[in-house]
Amino acid sequence: MSETNNVRAADYRTPLKRVRGLGAAKSGTHHFIAQRVTAVALVFLVLWAIYLALALVHSDYAQAREMLHHPFAAVWLIAFLIAGFWHAQLGIQVVIEDYVHTRWLEAVAQLANKFVCAAAALAGIIAVVRIVLS
Amino acid sequence: MPQPARPLSPFTTIYRWPLAMALSIVHRMTGIAIAIGLLLVVWLLLALAHGPESYATARALCGSWLGLVLLFGWTWALTFHLANGIRHLFWDVGKGFSIQQAKASGIAVIVASLVLTALIWACVFAQGGK
Repeated sequence: MSETNNVRAADYRTPLKRVRGLGAAKSGTHHFIAQRVTAVALVFLVLWAIYLALALVHSDYAQAREMLHHPFAAVWLIAFLIAGFWHAQLGIQVVIEDYVHTRWLEAVAQLANKFVCAAAALAGIIAVVRIVLS
Repeated sequence: MPQPARPLSPFTTIYRWPLAMALSIVHRMTGIAIAIGLLLVVWLLLALAHGPESYATARALCGSWLGLVLLFGWTWALTFHLANGIRHLFWDVGKGFSIQQAKASGIAVIVASLVLTALIWACVFAQGGK
C-alpha cells in the first residue's frame, strides 16, 4: 500500500467509491480487522478459560454450577463464546475460500459455517444464562 | 465454475519445508481443531445446564482414555494457536519480519506451546486422579 498506488487508484474512482473504501471485494478490511480484534480479546479470554477449566476438572455437579453461578464467570464465559465462535467463523471462512473451488459447494459450506457457529454460540450462551438464573 | 485440470506446483512435496510454512499450515489445522473443540465446550455447558445426570455422562466421557487423548491434543492445539496467534499480532504491527526473527519466534512458539501444555496437564494431574 504505497502512496503512489493510492494516488493512481484515486484517479479512476468516483469520490463516493473512494469514501466507502470497499474496493473490488466489497467488504474492505472488515474481515481482517474483526479477526484481529477477536484475536486480541481471545488472548485474555482463553487464558481465563484455561484457568476456569482447570478449576472445574475435579469439581462435582454442585461445585461446577456454583462456580458458573457467579455473574463475573458468566460474563467472561459468554464473552469467550462470542469471541471464540466469531473468530472461528472468520478463520474457517478463509479456509473454505482457499480450498473449496466448486461454487455451489463453497456457498453451502460458507452458509453451514455461519449457521453452525452462530447456533453453537447461542446454545452456549443459553446454557450459561440458564445456570446463572437457576 | 468448473475447474480445468491444470498441473499444480509441487511445493508441498518437492521442496524442504521452511519452518514458517510448516507453522502456518499447523496454525490453520489447529484453528479448525479448536473450532471443533469449541463445539465440545458448548456441549459440556449444555450438559451442566441440563442436570446432574447429563453432567456425569459428559464428565465420564471426558475422563475416558479417548476423551483424555482428545483433550490433551486439544490443549496443545489451543496453546499453539494462542502462541502463534500472538506471533501473528506482532507481524500485524510490523515487528519481527526478518528471516532470523521469524525463525526464532517460530521456535519460541513451539517451545511455549509445549511448556504451556505440560504445565496445564501438570495442574490436572497434581489435583489427583484422572
